[in-house]
Amino acid sequence: MPRRIVIGIRGVGHRVIDSIWRLGYAARFFTLTLLKSGTSMRRFSLIIRELYFTGVLTMIIILVSGLFVGMVLGLQGYETLQKYGAETAVGTLVALSLVRELGPVVAALLFASRAGSAITAEIGLMKATEQLDAMGMMAVDPIARVVAPRFWAGVISMPLLAAIFSAMGIFGGYLVAVVLIGVDEGSFWSQMQSSVDFRFDIVNGVIKTCFFGVAVTAIAVFEGYDAQPTAEGVSAATTRTVVTSALVILGLDFVLTSFMFRGVG
Amino acid sequence: MTTETLVEIKDLNFSYDKRPILKGVNMTMPHGKVIAIMGGSGCGKTTLLRLIGGAVTPSSGYVKVANQVVHELSRNELFLLRRKMSMLFQFGALFTDLSVFDNVAFQMREHTDLPESVIRDLVLMKLHAVGLRGAHNLMPAELSGGMARRVALARSIALDPMLVMYDEPFAGLDPISLSVIGNLIRRLTDALGMTSIVVTHDVEASLKIVDYVYFISEGVIAAQGTPAEVSESVSPFVHQFVHGEMDGPVPFHYPAETYATDLNLESNFA
Repeated sequence: MPRRIVIGIRGVGHRVIDSIWRLGYAARFFTLTLLKSGTSMRRFSLIIRELYFTGVLTMIIILVSGLFVGMVLGLQGYETLQKYGAETAVGTLVALSLVRELGPVVAALLFASRAGSAITAEIGLMKATEQLDAMGMMAVDPIARVVAPRFWAGVISMPLLAAIFSAMGIFGGYLVAVVLIGVDEGSFWSQMQSSVDFRFDIVNGVIKTCFFGVAVTAIAVFEGYDAQPTAEGVSAATTRTVVTSALVILGLDFVLTSFMFRGVG
Repeated sequence: MTTETLVEIKDLNFSYDKRPILKGVNMTMPHGKVIAIMGGSGCGKTTLLRLIGGAVTPSSGYVKVANQVVHELSRNELFLLRRKMSMLFQFGALFTDLSVFDNVAFQMREHTDLPESVIRDLVLMKLHAVGLRGAHNLMPAELSGGMARRVALARSIALDPMLVMYDEPFAGLDPISLSVIGNLIRRLTDALGMTSIVVTHDVEASLKIVDYVYFISEGVIAAQGTPAEVSESVSPFVHQFVHGEMDGPVPFHYPAETYATDLNLESNFA
């Protein structure tokens, strides 16, 4: 067999083995993070501090994006629905789109870009500047002290941010459809209220955001902890966090949606 | 001053990815002394510190600290031992999200139940010892390299350890900061009755303050002795190192074909 083909096959094999090894390492890291979460739970102030950085500081982008996404939905929905004389259903369209899909997915994508990348960069830089090693030498476990609080802060923030995103989106839809275009306000809200089901739509949306929160934050803390301790390494890890998170969010969304809304009319 | 052994290193071998870093190293470090480990970049000095701290496991041989074989300790036992030792990293490794005060207080808050008022007094005392009591409110980004190293020194003595390891404490410092750090290492070692291991390649600064020197070259101990013995050494390696000569046992040129071969001179003139 030509040498080039052998080298090619060997290269593919190495990559596959490396990927599987890294996946296993990530799984062990995730398990360790869960096992060592006791310290964070007992000292909740550690999580509260991280909640500010991951949750509160992400609010602006969530509020503004939610408003605009809702406004666009209101505009596009009205354009289509008015052809069938069903413009009063624009509230239903905006609410269902946001609560079921756009709220969780877009908020998670924004969360990965804003908070996920920040978590990875921070942990990666702590590693590059030997802060994690220093902590270990002080007999303080970096996974318990640095990783776990950030992980739980992300998991707690994500559903709240998605809820705020959806609420802002509905407000944006209301602004465009009712205030700007003049759709009947009573119909806008009453149709929305009668069409949005608490169990199927809202609870399922919240479940999705919980999955996304765990996935994005787990990816972010792992990539930071596993980053090469150099400027290029931290930069590459931050990019991987955003790209992997985006793909995982969209993939997970399809899987979750197919389970949740099977057979729902 | 007691001369009881605190750190004992016996037939220590360590390899990284099958590449031998340390080859059969033996060392004895008594209580209350300042010991320097010197050698060129990449000779395994920092690895030795990591082995003493239990961050990596030896391929064979052992490191004993306070009569405990470090790599045989369970994780909890290792963490208990680490509470009695500390390490000053090359660039300080201060926690950048915490103030100077909180950096020094970090271990006290993590490992003790002391009330905040006591922690405050202790932190200010530690910072006073390194001359930075007035800087307790600053953030690490506001400190110069020398100040950051002094804060890291204050942090490393926060819990009065029995052993402090310094990884290149003089790297990148101006002459004043360098002298200050050197003096602080000596004074704090004597005042607190601890043992200091200084990994460095700064001959001048370290020979002034240490009690004993080990030279490591290519993973083995090339020479050892008191600063006076080392200064007078006739060993070619020690002579080259102490006097900073360009060529010698540590060659200036990276191994290569002969110069003439690389420039194709042999074939042209054959």
